[in-house]
Amino acid sequence: MTASTAPTLEQVAPNIKTRVADGDLGGAQTVMLGIGAIALIASLIGWGEQFIHSYLVAYMFTLSLVLGAMFFVMVQHITRAGWSVVVRRIAENMMGVMPVMAVLFLPILFEAETLFSHWWHAGDHADPTDPMHDPIVHHKIGYLNPTFFYIRVALYFAIWLGLARYFRNASIAQDQSGDPEVSLRLARRAAPGLALFALSLTFAAFDWMMSIDPHWFSTMFGVTYFAGSVMSFYATLALTCLWLRKKGYLGEVINREHYHDIGKLLFAFMVFWTYVNFSQYMLIFYANLPEETLWYQARAEGGWATIGTVLIIGHFLVPFAFLMSRHIKRNTLTLSIASIFLLAMHWLDMQFLIMPNFTKGLGHPGLSTDWLDFTTMIGMLALFVGLMLRNIANSPLVPERDPRLGESLKFHNI
Amino acid sequence: MSDSKKFGVVAEFDSAAAIYKAAETTTDAGYTKVDAHTPFPVHGLEKALKQPPSHLGWFCVLGGITGIGIAQAMQWWMNSFDYEYWVSGKEPYSWPTTIPITFELMVLLTAFVAVFGMFGINRLPRWHHPIFKHSTIHRVTDDRFFLSVEATDPKFDAAKTVEFLQGIGGVNVEVLEDD
Repeated sequence: MTASTAPTLEQVAPNIKTRVADGDLGGAQTVMLGIGAIALIASLIGWGEQFIHSYLVAYMFTLSLVLGAMFFVMVQHITRAGWSVVVRRIAENMMGVMPVMAVLFLPILFEAETLFSHWWHAGDHADPTDPMHDPIVHHKIGYLNPTFFYIRVALYFAIWLGLARYFRNASIAQDQSGDPEVSLRLARRAAPGLALFALSLTFAAFDWMMSIDPHWFSTMFGVTYFAGSVMSFYATLALTCLWLRKKGYLGEVINREHYHDIGKLLFAFMVFWTYVNFSQYMLIFYANLPEETLWYQARAEGGWATIGTVLIIGHFLVPFAFLMSRHIKRNTLTLSIASIFLLAMHWLDMQFLIMPNFTKGLGHPGLSTDWLDFTTMIGMLALFVGLMLRNIANSPLVPERDPRLGESLKFHNI
Repeated sequence: MSDSKKFGVVAEFDSAAAIYKAAETTTDAGYTKVDAHTPFPVHGLEKALKQPPSHLGWFCVLGGITGIGIAQAMQWWMNSFDYEYWVSGKEPYSWPTTIPITFELMVLLTAFVAVFGMFGINRLPRWHHPIFKHSTIHRVTDDRFFLSVEATDPKFDAAKTVEFLQGIGGVNVEVLEDD
């Protein structure tokens, strides 16, 4: 059966504005890109051990937003979701930042030896009589060695760049052609895409965060990063939509019903984060095996226990009670507050995952903050926002000829 | 007929759009004890009927809190008070070990309250309902939509309500006895 083309935007919704007026977001874009460039270049002054540690936290935070967006887009396609069509383009524009994320990975690649010093040279100390020989790491050198590390980095970015480019370009091409076959094809391609995504995200989390302490391992680790990523993505999505609405775009297109759903998913992934983190903690706590508990030991000393407690309260208890009510999720102000708060908590979570291993190694055990923590984070986030705004300005704000656009516009919660 | 107690007036409509419109018109006219009976869920019908949000959610919260309370009290009592018991070096009352049971009991009691609370609020189960006396009500599971205005409605008046429902396009408008 040859499908006819999807209806044009004029037929579905003649009155909506789907293009950003020339230069309308230009100011914000310039400011964000400027802040990003200045903050990141300024951070380079502090190049060294502290720089690369702070940089890794900022990078994993920003990457999580891009990966979360990629997950969202593919899940909407594979489930053939109707409600989300009006917000899907914004997610596509977020994942369009992936090429720059690949460039921003370069400092980590250059300083990998510093970051992963515990295993980087393990291959040189294979002799058991060598005082530097580490029997536990020695068993893992088949995986934890620089060559394979580089190969995996190349593989992850090949997957991510390929998926982000493919799904975004296909959707934008459909704006012109209105070919419903595109939607069906993307639904089929999303299945292997999600499998590749799950594997690449999990192993990237293992490589770039878990292997900082190569003695420790948790099969749940990739999932905890994934859960935090998707939660933060929904928070960013809500904030971006609300900001665009303030600017006079998509105000009547993305309405209360869509915010309600974004809020529900934000809530769900916040609880999912808690669930997987507790599962991980519970098993390690109960089994009480030295090689597993050491990771939490590093997070129970020198002030990090406070951060852990703040995460339990701020990443679960408070937002759980706050976001429970449908009125909170349907109110734009309360949804923004919850989104900003959860993004801050996600940043704290990234600190908690990465930093305790370093601050001990750096000779000042325990919790410490450095100006680089803030400049790298602000710089990277501003750059991300600036690039996302550039993408938003350069393409229609909604997938104009998606066959399910009409369904999405009329979406209604029961 | 006028001596016996009435259930109310029931009218038949032939489409989802018609029942939605009828529900809206009836509630706009000031009737409050209005209900709709349809073969499938009609989007937004509860708004057209001007039904207040359900209180079931609040009962569920109470159920959940009760579950948390029972689980915590039970585990504290059993493991660290009545028969102090040290398991693999953990303290008799060690909060992380209590979380799975607490979570499960919270979910269990919340689900119980949700299901049985719904039954209770709807006064279910019951063998009979006065609306079954309507001559064409059997089509409610097939292709017809019914609107009922109950006699407990302060605006209810058998003759006037029948006239009103006929006026807005209802067919087979019948006054039903309550027994």
